[in-house]
Formats: sequence, structure tokens, C-alpha cells
Amino acid sequence: MNNKLKPRRPLREKHYWEEWTGRIYTSICVVFLIVVMFSIVYFVASKGLSTFFQDGVSLREFISGKTWNPTGEPAAYGALPFITGSFITTLLAALIASPLSLCAALFMTEIVPGKGKKILQPAIELLSGIPSVVYGFIGLSVIVPLLRSMFGGAGVGIAAGCLVLSVMILPTVTSIMADALSALPKGLRESSYALGATRWQTIYRVIIPTVLPALLTGIVLGMARAFGEALAVQMVIGNAPHVPTSLLESASTLTSVITLSMGNTTMGSVHNNALWSMALVLLVMTFVFVILVRLLERRNRV
Amino acid sequence: MFKKLPFILMTLTFVLVLAACGSKNDAGTEGSNNSTGETATELSGNILAVGSTALQPLVEQAGQKFMAVDEYKNVTVQVQGGGSGTGLTQVSDGQATIGNSDVFAEEKIDDAAKVSELKDHQVAVVAIAPVSNKDAGVQDLTKQQLIDIFSGKITNWKDVGGKDQAIVIVNRPSSSGTRATFENFALGTKVEDIQGSIQEDSSGTVKKLVAETPGAIGYLALSYLDDSLQVLKYEGVEATVENVEAGTYPVWAYEHMYTKGDPDAATKAFLDYILSDEIQQKDVTELGYIPVSGMKVKRDAAGTVTQ
Repeated sequence: MNNKLKPRRPLREKHYWEEWTGRIYTSICVVFLIVVMFSIVYFVASKGLSTFFQDGVSLREFISGKTWNPTGEPAAYGALPFITGSFITTLLAALIASPLSLCAALFMTEIVPGKGKKILQPAIELLSGIPSVVYGFIGLSVIVPLLRSMFGGAGVGIAAGCLVLSVMILPTVTSIMADALSALPKGLRESSYALGATRWQTIYRVIIPTVLPALLTGIVLGMARAFGEALAVQMVIGNAPHVPTSLLESASTLTSVITLSMGNTTMGSVHNNALWSMALVLLVMTFVFVILVRLLERRNRV
Repeated sequence: MFKKLPFILMTLTFVLVLAACGSKNDAGTEGSNNSTGETATELSGNILAVGSTALQPLVEQAGQKFMAVDEYKNVTVQVQGGGSGTGLTQVSDGQATIGNSDVFAEEKIDDAAKVSELKDHQVAVVAIAPVSNKDAGVQDLTKQQLIDIFSGKITNWKDVGGKDQAIVIVNRPSSSGTRATFENFALGTKVEDIQGSIQEDSSGTVKKLVAETPGAIGYLALSYLDDSLQVLKYEGVEATVENVEAGTYPVWAYEHMYTKGDPDAATKAFLDYILSDEIQQKDVTELGYIPVSGMKVKRDAAGTVTQ
């Protein structure tokens, strides 16, 4: 084949080197990413596991212990209050945000596609650009006093936390849902209308069932964001290390207790390692969310 | 050849990752050279002060002034927050020149050998006052009343002479230096976190919550006090600079700047500069701390007070 291509050789050479540069550049980037990823996982895991292997805290106490008192005598490292706090706030936030997001997404794609996309979408995307400390401060200045005057008590707690979180995950969930809805083939809607179905019937009998896995993907990604959010929640949730008995009671999440104490503890102390174990729990939960999304995507393709 | 490239690089990746893991133990010593000031006539070097966010504003301001002095123009002072624990860890590992801390190193580091390496430089004093919401109707609390409130025995303001209103505790996290000071010197005992209490790490948030929440009680450094809060007297003594200096108001702690061993020339010059009258009389008081020079009493790591 060399003989055939000889006249065009210089051009071919150029392509050849371009190809190489591109390959090397992307490969280096990929390698860098992989190194960073593995280092992070290794670091968090080695720190987090040393609580159990080095400091002798039992895994059972960590997962199911209700008392968190690392400075007490004897010290107790029960992280159950934080784990429950994280799950309750995340689930409630998803519960509040999902219907709102679904309606917004339907509005943008099915009901008023032109204007809805032009006005609503930028407005919702704007929400994701607001720094979380601002959400926290708004929560502290608006939501907490509001809850206080409506229900009494301190106002801070799970309720305030999940309200703030639900607003924060709205853009993530909405934009994923809207993308899924607009990616639907046109023929599906048209055939539904052709059969005499109304718009509402088309939406809830045809469109929603078809894109359900993608809608769930949006919700799961929103939950992953809510699970990892630290600053805004920390400001409004109250951070008492107890399993809450009501929505208006002060509670903590894994992230809030990590941000609250990490800087005050010295590296290598049991207290510090226990915080890393919580970081490990967060990491594992993120893996679970990623796996969930992957499974949903697989269903989506079929 | 093309197709093999990713595999070659992948292998390289794992080698790198493993290498990174293997060298973990040496990581601590690498940064230790950043403080080598030349001991020659002209002072130069980099000073990295890390730690306590309570002390950060003072060190930052002093650092700016220090670098503006002609004599020290070759010295760079960098200040970072991160918390007392971070400061002590980093100075102990040699990653920072100075570790800023709100508490004695003995209270944070369990390893006695590591503590003995560190040299303590006390640069200021911070006093902490109990504060309550303005409508609680109480101006003065005794030590026992405070203990009962923070341990959950007293849950209504009417039991300490105030309004009939539930008490909301706004605490610091159990690892906080401010909380340690309050527990050691106001309560004299550690208290557990009460169910339903609030914990915040930033003084600004504590202030906002105490000012706005009916029935709230908390504690703040003197620099944060203003008219939005009811400052409570402790055992009848008001939290003022004079009372702290005279030793009649006991809820205070030193702000420490730790170095690993004796400081080098540049670092020593900086620490001396912070302790000079110029900084102590002006910047320290302006920023709401109390100068160490004015203290008529001294306290050691065990909490023993001497005149």
C-alpha cells in the first residue's frame, strides 16, 4: 500500500503527527484523571479505615451507635445520627423537588415549549450558579425565622435543611428531566394525538412512562448532590449529634459534622479519623448513586 | 503502536499510584524547608502561619505591617485559616512555620513527644462571655446555673429568674477551642450535647441565632458583642477588658502561635514584632483581643492561675 500512497505522502505525514499529538495529549489527561481519582479514593479509604483497624473503634458501633461524643470519657463514636440525618434530608429534599422539577420540565417541553424554554430554563439554570453559602444564608435569614414563627421552637432543623436542599437540587433535576423529555421522538406524541388522546392523556399515559428511567436518573443525580452538600445545610440544620424525633428538631448530616469539626481536630487523632470514616461513607454512597444511575441508563436504552 | 499507547500509559498510571502510596510516609518532611530564613545580616525567608480562624485576622494584619517594614522586606508572611487542629498538625509535621491555636497543644495532641517539640508563643488573650437573647429577662448567671443550663437540667428561663420561656442552647462543636475555653473556665466541666441544642462553628452565625431566636443562650468572644445581644454577667462579674486583666473574670484563653523547636531568625523577628507595643497596644485591641502584656495573671496548660 506504500506504493499507492506515495504522491500524497506529505499530507499523510501531517495527519499522522496530528493524530499522535492528539492521542498523547488525551492519554496524558486521562492518565492524570485516573491518578487523581485513585489517589483520592486511596487517601479517603486509608484514613477512614484506620478508625477501625488502628484505633479499634468497632464498625458496628460506628454504623449503629447513637452516641457521638469524641471528647468524652469514654469517647463514643456512633455515627448513626449523622447517617440518618443525611438520608432523611436527602429523601425529603428529593420528595419536594421531584414533582416541582417534573412540572417545570413538562412545562418547558410539552406545554409551552417556545416561551417556557426561553424564560423558565435560564431562570432555573441561574439557580445552579448561586453559591451554596448564599443558599445557607437565605435559609438562615428567611426559612428559619419563618419556620420559627409558624411552628415555634428554634426554627433550625431537618425541615429547614431539606427546604434549602430542595431548592438547590431543582436545577439539576429539572434540566436532566427536560433533556430527556425533549429527546423523545416526535412520532410518539403525534401518534398519540392521532389516536384522539388529549394533551394530558398523552403526557401521563405515553410520555412519562416512556422516559421514566431518565426521570429517575435526574432524581438520583439530584439526591447525590443533596447528599454531598455541606455548607448550606450546616448553616440551617442545627448540627446537634442526635437522631431527631421531629422535623423541627436540630440534627446533623455527615457533611455538616465533617465541615464543623475537621479543622479543629489534629490529623491522626481518633476523632479526626472518625471524620474521615464519615467521608468514606459519603464516598461509598456516591458510588451507590453512580451505580443506580448506570442501571437506570441501561433500562433506558432498551 | 497507536493502539498500545493507552495500555502503556495505564500501566504507568498504576505504577505512579503505587509510588504515590509508597512515599506517603515521607510526605511530612518535604515541606519542612520552607522556613529556612538565612541567618545572615539581611533577614529573609518565607513564614507560613496556619490554623485558628479566631487568631487569623490579627496575624494577617500584623503580617502586612511586618512586611512593610524596611528591615524585613525580604521576608514573606503567608497566613491561612483551617482551624487550630490543622495548625498544630501542620507545624508539628513541619509543613507550616507557625501553627496558630486557640488552645494549648497539650489539649489537642495526645503524643507527649510531639508536644515537647513545639514551642509556645502566647500573643494575645481572648475573653468569652455568655450571651442570651434580649427577651430572656436575665442579666446575671452563676456558675452553677450555667452548668445546669448547658447540661440540660434547667430548661426554662423562669428557673433562673427570667421569663417563662424554653431555653435554646446555641453551642460550639465539641472540638472547638472556644467551647473548650468556655467549658474549662466558666463551667469547670465538660458537658454533653443536649438533644435539640444547636451547634454552629462560626461566631457570626452564633450571634445571629442568639439575637433572633427567643430564649437562646450561647457564648461569644468579646469582639463579637454588641447591643443585639444580652451579655450575661458571670457570678456578678462583667466581661470587660479590665476585669480580665485583673484576673477577676476567669473565662479567657491565650491565643498561641506554635513553632517547631526554636524559631529561625525571620520567624523570631515576626513573633517579636507581634509582641511589640506597636501591635499589642493598637492592632490587638482594635481587633477585639486583649494584649498579653496587660495581663496581671498568668495561666499554664493545666489551668493553674498565678498572679
